[in-house]
Amino acid sequence: MASIIQVDHLSKQFNQVKAVNDLSFTVNEGDVYGFLGQNGAGKSTTIRMLLTLIAPSGGDILMFGKKLSTHRSEILRQVGAVIEKPDLYKYLSAYDNLSIFAKMSGIKVSRKLLMDQLQMVGLEERAKDKVRTFSQGMKQRLGIAVALVHNPGLIILDEPTNGLDPQGIADIRNLILRLSKEMGKTVVISSHLLSEIELIASRMIIINKGEKIVEGKVDDLLDPAHTIVDIESTDNLAAAKKLSGSKWVNYIQKGKPLQLMMNKEEVPQMINDLVTMNIQLLSVNSSHSLENYFLSLTTNPGYVEPFAN
Amino acid sequence: MQIELFKISKRPRTYIAFAAITAIAFIFQFAFKADGQSYMDLVLQSVKDSFELEKAKAINGYFMCYIILNTLLIQVPILVALIAADSISGEANMGTLRLLISKPISRTQLILVKFAAATIFTILLLLWMAITALVISLLIFGADDMLIFRVKGEDSQILQITKDDILWRYFAAFGYATVALTVIAALSLFLSIFAENSIGPIIATVCIVIVCTIISNINVPIIDKNVKPFLFTSYLVGWKGFFYIGTNGEGVPIKGSLENWPSIRNSLLILILHIAVIVTASVLVFRKKDILS
Repeated sequence: MASIIQVDHLSKQFNQVKAVNDLSFTVNEGDVYGFLGQNGAGKSTTIRMLLTLIAPSGGDILMFGKKLSTHRSEILRQVGAVIEKPDLYKYLSAYDNLSIFAKMSGIKVSRKLLMDQLQMVGLEERAKDKVRTFSQGMKQRLGIAVALVHNPGLIILDEPTNGLDPQGIADIRNLILRLSKEMGKTVVISSHLLSEIELIASRMIIINKGEKIVEGKVDDLLDPAHTIVDIESTDNLAAAKKLSGSKWVNYIQKGKPLQLMMNKEEVPQMINDLVTMNIQLLSVNSSHSLENYFLSLTTNPGYVEPFAN
Repeated sequence: MQIELFKISKRPRTYIAFAAITAIAFIFQFAFKADGQSYMDLVLQSVKDSFELEKAKAINGYFMCYIILNTLLIQVPILVALIAADSISGEANMGTLRLLISKPISRTQLILVKFAAATIFTILLLLWMAITALVISLLIFGADDMLIFRVKGEDSQILQITKDDILWRYFAAFGYATVALTVIAALSLFLSIFAENSIGPIIATVCIVIVCTIISNINVPIIDKNVKPFLFTSYLVGWKGFFYIGTNGEGVPIKGSLENWPSIRNSLLILILHIAVIVTASVLVFRKKDILS
């Protein structure tokens, strides 16, 4: 499978701050590639470097097999983007906005093409209305129409669901899935929500403080073998003691609650064993270790990375 | 270019400039139509014994246009800044700059197109000024010989230009004013690169014009020699040179002549040099700029 984006040792420094540090990753053709990290992790800086808004301090970016720094126009002709908010010309209509950006993308613009795009994002009836009268969700859909109007092979969406209501988020998610599955587009989507990436991405990268933490197929990274189980019992200390002689010794945390890591399929068996050991359970909750780890980035900087080994 | 002009034409603030010019021209025309004679009596008081003329004919369309231009060309830089200073900062403020830069057009192209659009706006503004100040004044007051009141050193002068020798001078003056105001457009564009809303660059442009104009009018030898020649504001009113008619040895005006063409030409070249330097600096700065807005 051909690589659409190849980033090698990319870095960006703003004065003394390293926003992106030695970052390397690859996006393959047809991927829905999730770019995950907490706010300030370096996602937007990286995406802005992919779109030539920011010049890298070091490293290389190859897109469609060509160096971005020397083939900028040629590459950007094949890229559509929504960068953070879908900011458009508020004093112009949806149709005029779409027409302007289509022309700037270097394509021949026809009324049919523009109306088809507006229809695709459900805005054909608001074509002549000024963007200032649009809701956030409508602006976001128009932003996506702008990103798609020149039929790019690669679509980059930076936090596309920010500020949207649940229905708006679902609409955008469905649109991205359609782009990938029905139209064969490669999509890079950044988010600070693992749950969002998990639902649509085929591959993903997690970055923190500008550095890569982990990259791979979503299915592999969300492997059931990395399920974390939180256990609340009437006496956690006694329970921990009894568990130390069993096969369920893979503690992550011995505090309150007890926290174990195991394959998801083993959870019912473990509950049976705990009951057999006369440990009185109050609650058992399971979640994925990646999700826990990702949450720890936002809430507990001292957390030990489960994939460290 | 079409896109830029389309965007400018759709913005309400564009029409503020045209409305302001129309209003000022109308106020002058109305005031002179109602009571222009009093103004002429006052101005001609000191020379009435030495200068023979028909006062009624002195207030005519050409004269009115000259009066209006003297006033308007002080204010027009502000109107030009209103649009040109919005070029980049306005896009940054709306968030559309990110989208523009991610399109397959180069940053150099973008700046040059923005500059060209601001220049076309300036030309349109001056064309509108020509229509309201010259054409309308000619329709209201008619055409006749024009009197120019001029202070030269410590003397006051009145120059008389025959009516068949005036129109080309206006064309030339509007052409010169276009170049002069394009310097303001270039300066506003340059300043707009550093800002994320257009208020800052508009105020900065106006402040620079005011400060430089004050310096250009200070009569101190050291500033005359070392500072004034480098300030664009020293050349902004050079358009008046087209109305300073050349005279023969006996002081009789020579039709179709200029008193000091080399000075006008040099002023024009200096203004063009300013434009070239400022636009080049804009391109260089913008090419290196990280778009963080």
